[in-house]
Amino acid sequence: MSSTHITTGGYQHAHHYKSAGDEFEASKQGMWLFMVTEVLMFGGLFVAYTMFRAMYPEMFHEASKHLAVNLGLTNTIILITSSLTMVLAVIASQKGQKGRILLHLGLTFLLSCGFLVVKYFEYSGKIHHGILPGGLFTNTEITHPKAPLFFSLYYVMTGIHAFHVIVGMGLMVWLAVRTMRNEFSPAFYTPVELVGFYWHFVDMVWIFLFPLMYLVG
Amino acid sequence: MAHTAVAHGDNYLNHSHGMMSWLKTLDHKRIGLMYLFTVLGYFLIGGLFALLIRLELMFPGQTLIDPNTYNKVFTYHGAIMVFMVIIPAIPAALGNFVLPMMLGAKDVAFPRLNLASYYIYVFGALFATSALFFGGADTGWTFYTPYSIRTSGAVISVIFGAFIMGFSSILTGLNFIVTIHKLRAPGLSWARLPLFIWASYATSIIQILATPVLAITLLLLIFERVFQVGIFDPKIGGDPVLFQHFFWFYSHPAVYIMILPPMGVISEVIPVFSRKPIFGYKAIAYSSFGIALIAFVVWGHHLFVSGQGELANFVFSLLTMLVAVPTGVKVFSWVGTMYKGSIRLNAPMLYALGFLQLFTIGGLTGVFLATLAIDVHLTDTYFVIAHFHYVMVGGALMGLLAGMHYWFPKMTGKMYLEKGARISFWWILAGFNITFFPQFIVGAQGMPRRYHDYLPEFSTLNLLSTVGSWFLAIGFFWAAINLWRSLKLGEKAGDNPWNALTLEWQSPSPPPHENFLVEPVVTTWPYEYKAEAGLTPVRPW
Repeated sequence: MSSTHITTGGYQHAHHYKSAGDEFEASKQGMWLFMVTEVLMFGGLFVAYTMFRAMYPEMFHEASKHLAVNLGLTNTIILITSSLTMVLAVIASQKGQKGRILLHLGLTFLLSCGFLVVKYFEYSGKIHHGILPGGLFTNTEITHPKAPLFFSLYYVMTGIHAFHVIVGMGLMVWLAVRTMRNEFSPAFYTPVELVGFYWHFVDMVWIFLFPLMYLVG
Repeated sequence: MAHTAVAHGDNYLNHSHGMMSWLKTLDHKRIGLMYLFTVLGYFLIGGLFALLIRLELMFPGQTLIDPNTYNKVFTYHGAIMVFMVIIPAIPAALGNFVLPMMLGAKDVAFPRLNLASYYIYVFGALFATSALFFGGADTGWTFYTPYSIRTSGAVISVIFGAFIMGFSSILTGLNFIVTIHKLRAPGLSWARLPLFIWASYATSIIQILATPVLAITLLLLIFERVFQVGIFDPKIGGDPVLFQHFFWFYSHPAVYIMILPPMGVISEVIPVFSRKPIFGYKAIAYSSFGIALIAFVVWGHHLFVSGQGELANFVFSLLTMLVAVPTGVKVFSWVGTMYKGSIRLNAPMLYALGFLQLFTIGGLTGVFLATLAIDVHLTDTYFVIAHFHYVMVGGALMGLLAGMHYWFPKMTGKMYLEKGARISFWWILAGFNITFFPQFIVGAQGMPRRYHDYLPEFSTLNLLSTVGSWFLAIGFFWAAINLWRSLKLGEKAGDNPWNALTLEWQSPSPPPHENFLVEPVVTTWPYEYKAEAGLTPVRPW
């Protein structure tokens, strides 16, 4: 089998590639395509948002005022910072600095926890005031009859985004385990790089969500 | 060297043994076969539901099942045939087997992801099927709101099953695109790619772009039922027509997920069995992308009577007719390939010709439906049913059967039994036309779809249609039994029984674990066919 497995720097690429470089390029392309899929998926939600906002602009204006801009802003800063720590983890993996990979993955993980804690306080505050999606809406202060729709979009869009954050946290743990097993080296750091792609995407979605949800009021 | 084992008859089937070696395999050929068997299993179930529909419609009035059961039966038939059979049939089953070999690759780009796609598909399919035992679903495969929000039963199971299967489709598409980009054999430039690869590439683009929109739509529908989010519910201010827009933004391109791969198969079969270079190689390749592109801007033709607006209707009508252009380019190119060729009417070629006949009728009646004034009359009638069955069964399944017979020698190392294959073809062709042609007529006369009953004046044609469905069933069983018998009785196939030029035939049959004994190097395009001297013409029966 020696002819089909070429060893580079301790890393053996899969048998159907000619080199570790080809394999890396293929993995990156696959991840980009997956990102395209994600864009289209969120795209559906943004289309729904656009349509309803065009139908009920004054309702969006009123309902948006009931979102906590401070908390949203805090989360924006948290996520942008976590993108930075993620990049640092990727750079550390390219240099094979095991300790630094773990440090930066850990920081990214902690920041994501922070994001979810803030989200928890936001959600629970709203639920307490009866601001629930669609048919479950019981709040009486918000008078516009279509306002429940805004909060449906709010919960669905931020909820699916939060789900992506949780998946990302799982990926951090998975990367940390593989780092501790010494699987990454300057010759092979594909998974760290690809999770980095994913994490920036999750960050980007929030950067669109924040102004569209919190700042239209 | 690893290759010495190959000389002693090592192939992908006997490379490793036991149930687990299949369930855990990363070999694209084995995964392709696993898909094929699962798809055929679901085809049997979906087919039995179809026979049940036809039995109920054999006579006017209630014949066999009550209206509520009937609603569930056509829902299962539609959902199973679309999500579990036709969408994965050619891309995932035949594509998995053939695509890497045509490229001269040892495997797909991401073999583990490929196996995961298979299990995601199976899991989603089982999840959707479980609805059968928990009250069923009666929404039709289109899950239109607000009915799908209010109706009782296990609607969520079916929707969530379809949602899960979507991921399988996305990941397969992603895998194929990367494979085509990164794992082509030396010398296999884009201009030398077989047309099946071009068709698969165009299909994969639709899979990764359209499927996520269905995913979010179905997810919203689940939230609708569970949390009353109301985005599609007019009671809360939502918009049910938005659901139709979202649904068809996926489901119309999905029709091309179903039809582009069989077009790819036909583009391989016709030049091989006509012994002539393919006519219009570039035109066929580009038209696949033309179809994929237009696919994304025609969804509104499903909403002509939904009140989406006159301008939208007009634009969608015009765009829909544009689809006929690249499609026509393909059909003319295939016919042009056959012109003055030395045509051999083996079973794959018969199925390809069957495809041409049925698909052309299906395609042309699509132009009728794209015409606004006619569509208002034909919407939700049996004319529509007949139209899309001509495309999906007549097109997609004929293509699948052509491909299954064409690649059978490569997959199994045996020739299929030619006589039985031809007999089954004639049963299927006749049965299909007897079943569905009358539906054009009753549809044009105004018989609506999705009712378990009809007016007495439609009874003769409905009876004819039901009898046709038995012919069709006999044909499919005949084809299945014939292929099964071929496994035992078929003659040993050489490496290249059809004398074809694409790469998968330059490897032993069945192929070794790593597909090729030596890495192939490509020096020409794959359609340099010449008429062969001394070739005995094959009669069609």
